[in-house]
Amino acid sequence: MIEMKSVSKWYGATQVLNDCSVKINKGEVVVVCGPSGSGKSTLIKTINALEPIQKGEIWVDGIAVHDRATNLPKMRSRVGMVFQHFELFPHLSVADNLTIAQVKVLGRRKDEAKKRGLQMLERVGLIEHQHKFPGQLSGGQQQRVAIARALSMDPIIMLFDEPTSALDPEMVGEVLDVMVGLASEGMTMMVVTHEMGFARKVSNRVIFMDVGGRILEDTTKDEFFGNIEDRQPRTREFLNKILQY
Amino acid sequence: MTYWQDVWDRWQFLWEDRGDGVTYFQWMISAWGYTVAVAATSLVIALVFGILIGTLRTISGHRVISAFAAAWVELFRNIPILVQLFIWFFVISELVPGMKSLPGFVLACCALGFFTSARIAEQIRAGIQALPAGQRNAGLAVGFTQFQTYRYVILPQTFRIIIPPLTSEAMNIVKNSSVAFAVSIPELISFAMQTQEETSRGIEVYLAATLLYALTALIVNQVMSFLERRTRIPGLTPQAQGAH
Amino acid sequence: MSTLDFSFYTWANISNYLISGLYFSVSLTIAATIGGIALGTIIALMRLSNIKPLEYVATWYVNVFRSVPLVMVLLWFFLLVPSGFYDLFPGETGQKYRAEICALITFIVFEAAFFSEIVRAGIQSLPRGQMNAGQALGMTYGQNMRYIILPQAIRNMLPVFLTQTIVLFQDTSLVYAIGAYDILKGFEIMGNTFGRRIETYLLAAVVYFAISFTLSMLVKSLNQKIRIVR
Ligand SMILES: Nc1ncnc2c1ncn2[C@@H]1O[C@H](COP(=O)(O)OP(=O)(O)OP(=O)(O)O)[C@@H](O)[C@H]1O
Ligand SMILES: [Mg+2]
Repeated sequence: MIEMKSVSKWYGATQVLNDCSVKINKGEVVVVCGPSGSGKSTLIKTINALEPIQKGEIWVDGIAVHDRATNLPKMRSRVGMVFQHFELFPHLSVADNLTIAQVKVLGRRKDEAKKRGLQMLERVGLIEHQHKFPGQLSGGQQQRVAIARALSMDPIIMLFDEPTSALDPEMVGEVLDVMVGLASEGMTMMVVTHEMGFARKVSNRVIFMDVGGRILEDTTKDEFFGNIEDRQPRTREFLNKILQY
Repeated sequence: MTYWQDVWDRWQFLWEDRGDGVTYFQWMISAWGYTVAVAATSLVIALVFGILIGTLRTISGHRVISAFAAAWVELFRNIPILVQLFIWFFVISELVPGMKSLPGFVLACCALGFFTSARIAEQIRAGIQALPAGQRNAGLAVGFTQFQTYRYVILPQTFRIIIPPLTSEAMNIVKNSSVAFAVSIPELISFAMQTQEETSRGIEVYLAATLLYALTALIVNQVMSFLERRTRIPGLTPQAQGAH
Repeated sequence: MSTLDFSFYTWANISNYLISGLYFSVSLTIAATIGGIALGTIIALMRLSNIKPLEYVATWYVNVFRSVPLVMVLLWFFLLVPSGFYDLFPGETGQKYRAEICALITFIVFEAAFFSEIVRAGIQSLPRGQMNAGQALGMTYGQNMRYIILPQAIRNMLPVFLTQTIVLFQDTSLVYAIGAYDILKGFEIMGNTFGRRIETYLLAAVVYFAISFTLSMLVKSLNQKIRIVR
């Protein structure tokens, strides 16, 4: 479904992705973790070409993302993305946030788009908030709307970039619940997160990135959490730090 | 009593015939109409070009386009409006075929419109750059093209941010329309200067013209604050909307 | 379409028609900036003084001049400044340069309204704590302003002052309305004399552009320097 082959990226002289190769199959849930600045956000954003790459290849469902001739908007419309800071469109109501891209990008009829959007809103448990504006919702609610917005495009894969790290602790659960639900329904997902509980519960694989943009580990969940001794020193150090409390 | 009688008498020139069947009062109202018409038409031109140029300045990765937009802004904001007006009337209309037949009103509106477009472009640019970068990414991520991202995500938010500076530009354009007297557009300043000469009622004439300018400024202010209230987004604090 | 001919721009003609005009435009800009900042600071301090009548007067001053075109204000002053005032100048200068003197007064008074807003914003942008700190040390309002607030505020305001000066320089062309002899007037007379209006207005635009653009580049680099210092 997604394949990155030897992807490298530089900002000027500094390398932020170093020869990264990842393969994600249909229905897999892959968690990406690693210290701050290691390039996790950059990695996930290269998949829908929000960040251009200088070397390597990226394939999404048979489409060559790295190819300049590729119709990027069309590809992106099939890849759902959820951001750390929600990025709902603040000037549009919740309902309009859910429908605008369906209508303008997918060319769906308004009523059809609205029906689909509200279905997804229902599913994240916020149907009664459809007439509100993003600024009138809590952080957790905004993030659930953002997930619904991405889902209503009927994506083949969902990308999450630290979806819970800007949330107050009591709201993390409501967002993770939605994500767990998605995973159990077989959605293909790539999730940058430090929520190791989530990784333990639903992920198939865990990728560990280290500073400099290198993928240090790419193993199954059971291997990652089960055999701590077999992990790289950097990974152990990182896990010790975030599992300390 | 005689003092007020005197004051009353001094204003009577307004009802006098100017010599061609038009009273000074009628002339004044028509002059006010010219001021408003010049300002309004120029504002439309300024908005169209200002939004276009300001937006182009924020598009990354197109050297030629952004150089063109930057040059536009520098050209139109570093030459005084009066000089630009003369350029339109005495240079462009002479050198460009077909411009000669255009009415002075159109040329004056072009001058004022392009002059103001540079300032509006700068405000649009600042407004766009003040938006969080994530909004652009979010737009692209749902599959919008660059054009659609501007059309549906960035510009609607920018307009709300720049309403306060746009208010002051709209007021400026009313004030700047006063330079049109120099090319004989019969607006308020022309009216004031000529009537002052013909009637020697300088203080009254200037007072009337000044009050009309103040009234126009007040109306512009009211319209813009109405617009601001109408477009306010529930749940967004004025801070987040970029109000000062 | 006629071809452009710039050959009448000889040194003799330039010094005949343009130099004194340019001299007036530049001096007007400098004098009005200095005078405007001085008067503007007083008005800003009045506005922030918490003394109701002073606040009231200052607020009106600013609002009136901000809602009326400069051309209108020029006409007002040209009409209202009594002839006797010009006699205060030595010899014939007063009467001979009525329009120029009137322009200078108008610009100081008019621009003061705009400079005062810059000063006010500069003072208000300082953290409240600074004012309190001064008061806590036992300073009077005047001492506080003089030694604590204004020195800091001026640093913030300097680039904005310069930007306003560029606007002011462009505005000086409006003395056209009362017939003062500035650089634009020089160009106009030259154009009429030689029947070459196209060339003179073009060159007028170039001169104004060169001066304003250079100044604005200066402001830009100053802004960057200030940013580094902080
Ligand atoms: N526009 C940019 N210009 C230059 N360097 C950048 C830019 N954006 C990111 N970087 C650098 O790229 C590296 C990777 O950034 P990235 O945001 O992908 O890290 P991250 O792993 O997501 O970190 P975090 O956990 O803090 O979100 C960082 O060192 C960052 O400083
Ligand atoms: Mg990140």
